[in-house]
Amino acid sequence: MTDIEAFSAPPRSHWNDVWHQFRTHKGALAGSIFFALVLLGVSLGPLIWTIDPQFIDIRARNSGVSLAHPLGTDQLGRDTLARIMAGGRTSVAVGLTAMLLSLLLGTAVGVVAGFFRRMDGPLMRATDLFLALPLLPLLLVIILLFRDALRAAFGPETGIFILIVFVIGITSWMQAARIVRADVLALKEREFVLAARSIGTPSWRLITRHILPNVLSPIMVSATLGIATAIITESALSFLGLGFPSDFPTWGRLLFDSTDYLQQYPERVIWPGLAISLTVLSVNYIGDGLRDALDPRIRAK
Amino acid sequence: MFHYTVRRLLYAIPTLLLISLILFLLLDLAPGDPTAQLPLTIPPDVKERIRASLGLGEPIHIRYLLWLQQFFVNESLHLISELTGWDISGDRQRVISWQTRSPVVDIVIQRLPQTLWVVGLSYVVGIAIALPIGIISAYRQYSWFDQVGTFVSMVGFSVPTFFTGVLLIVIFSVHLGWLPSIYDTTHVVTDWNSFLFQIRQLLMPVFVLALFNAAQISRFMRASMLDNLNLDYVRTARSKGLAERAVILVHVLRNSMIPVVTVIALGVPSVFGGAIITEQIFKVNGLGQLLIIAIEASDIPMVQTLSFIFAILIVLFNLIADVIYGILDPRIRYD
Repeated sequence: MTDIEAFSAPPRSHWNDVWHQFRTHKGALAGSIFFALVLLGVSLGPLIWTIDPQFIDIRARNSGVSLAHPLGTDQLGRDTLARIMAGGRTSVAVGLTAMLLSLLLGTAVGVVAGFFRRMDGPLMRATDLFLALPLLPLLLVIILLFRDALRAAFGPETGIFILIVFVIGITSWMQAARIVRADVLALKEREFVLAARSIGTPSWRLITRHILPNVLSPIMVSATLGIATAIITESALSFLGLGFPSDFPTWGRLLFDSTDYLQQYPERVIWPGLAISLTVLSVNYIGDGLRDALDPRIRAK
Repeated sequence: MFHYTVRRLLYAIPTLLLISLILFLLLDLAPGDPTAQLPLTIPPDVKERIRASLGLGEPIHIRYLLWLQQFFVNESLHLISELTGWDISGDRQRVISWQTRSPVVDIVIQRLPQTLWVVGLSYVVGIAIALPIGIISAYRQYSWFDQVGTFVSMVGFSVPTFFTGVLLIVIFSVHLGWLPSIYDTTHVVTDWNSFLFQIRQLLMPVFVLALFNAAQISRFMRASMLDNLNLDYVRTARSKGLAERAVILVHVLRNSMIPVVTVIALGVPSVFGGAIITEQIFKVNGLGQLLIIAIEASDIPMVQTLSFIFAILIVLFNLIADVIYGILDPRIRYD
C-alpha cells in the first residue's frame, strides 16, 4: 500500500528537495527574507522616500531623529535615510557585479584547468601566484593608479564603479577556481561523461551539458559567500578613503564620513555599520543554508 | 620531509621573484613624479641629476634589477652589519623612501613593533578564545552553548572590523570614557600605572582583531573535532576504559588539531592585511598605516617594499603550513 503510494506520488525534483532542506535552516530562511528586504529597500525605497540624498538643507544640519528625518541628518543637512538607501544601492550593486565577475573568472579557470589536462599546470600555478599576492595593498595601489584615468574616461561615478568591481573581481576568483577544478577532475572520470564522450560529444558540449550542471552547487555556495566578501571589501576600501567619493555615498563611505563626528554624534556611525553588518550576516546565513541544502549527504539525514 | 621542505623553499624563490616583478611593473605605471614638487628655481640639469640619484630615468629592466640588488643584497648586508657590528655593507645604495629620504627598511623596523604587538597579541588571544569554544561546541553539538557559539562566530565573522572598532570606540571611549580611542605608541611602560595604561590602550584594538580571528578559527576547530569524534579509535579509547577527559583532550584533540594548525598558520598573513584597517581606526602607527600614507603620497619605493614584505609573509606562512601539515600527519608526507 505504502509502496504504491510512494510510487504514485509526484516525482520529486532535485530543486524541490533542496528547497525543502533549505527551509529547515532557520537562519538561512531569516537571512533570505532580510536580504530580499534589503534588495527591495535599496531598489524601491527611493521611490517611496523621495528626498534627494544629495539635497543640502543646511538649516536642518546635524538634526536628530524626527518625523521629517527618521534617521537624522548629517553635517550638511542631507537626509540620512535617503543616503543609506542610495549607499546601499551602490554597495549591493558592487557586491553583486563583483561576485558575478569573480565567479565567471573562477568557473572558467576551474573548468578549463580541470577538463583540459594541458592547461591544468599553468592555470593552477597562476592561481597559486594570485593567492600569494598581498591583496589589500594591491587593491589600494591599483585603485590609486587607475582612478583618475577611469574617472576621465567614464565620468566620476561610473569610472570608480567599474574600477572597484573589476579590482574586487580579479582578486577574489581563486577559491572558486580551486573548488570547481577539484570537482571537475572527479566528474571527468565518471561513467556518464565517458558515455557522452563515447558517442562523440564535443568537449564544449560536454562541459556545458554534463560538467557545468554538476558543479553548480559549489558555484552557488561560493557565489553567495562572494557577495558578502565583495560588500565587505568595497566598504573597507571606502573606509580607508580610497573607494567611492564622498558625494557618491556607499555604506562604507558613510561610515568613514561619520567617524569624523564620532565625538559629537556617535549614533551616526550606527546606521551604515548596521546596514553592512546585517546584510553580510544575512548573506552568510544564506550561504550556510545553501551549503547544507545542496549537500546530498546532509539532505539524506 | 627534508627534501620536501627544501623543494618547497626553492619553489618559493621564483614565486617571490615573479610577485616582485608584478608589483614593480604595476607601480611603474604610477602617475606620481617625486621631483614634481621641487621648486622651479632648480636648474634643469640639477633636476636631472636629482632624478638620476633617485634611480629614475633608467630603462625599466635596469631599474628592476637595481631594486632587486638593493632589496636582497644591500639591505640584507646592512641588516647583518647592523645586528653584528661588522662593517660589511660599506656605502652600498639602500632602498630610499621618497617621502623622508631615509632608508625604507629602517622605517619599517621602527614601525614593526607596534604592528607586532597589536596583531600578534590579538592573534594569540583569538586562538586562545577559539580553541576551547570550538572543542566544547563540537563535544556538545546542538546544545545551547553550541547554538550561541555558532551565532556569535557568525556575527564575528560577518561584522567588519571597521564597524566593531568604531562601535567599541563609541561605547567605551565616547559614552563611558573608560578606554582611550587612540593608541599612543610613544607610551613607555615604567611602573604599574603606566603598565595599566598600556593594557587599557591595547584592549580595544586587540579585542576587535581577536573577535574576528576567533570567529573563523573556532568554526574550523568545531568542524575538525566533529570529523574525529565519531571515528573508530575514539570508541576504542572509550571501550578500553580511558577517562572521557583523556579521550577528548588527548586522542581527539590531537588529531583534530592537525588541520586547525595549518589554518592558523595560513591565517597569519591575512591578519597582517586586516591590521591595515584596525590600525587606521585606532591610529596605531604600524605597518598598515605606513602603507596607507605611502600610497597617498605615491612613495613608490615604500609601497613596493611594504607590499613585497606582505607577499613574503604570505609565501613564508604557506610554506610553514605545508611543512607543519607534513610533520603532524605522517599519512600525507610528500616524499
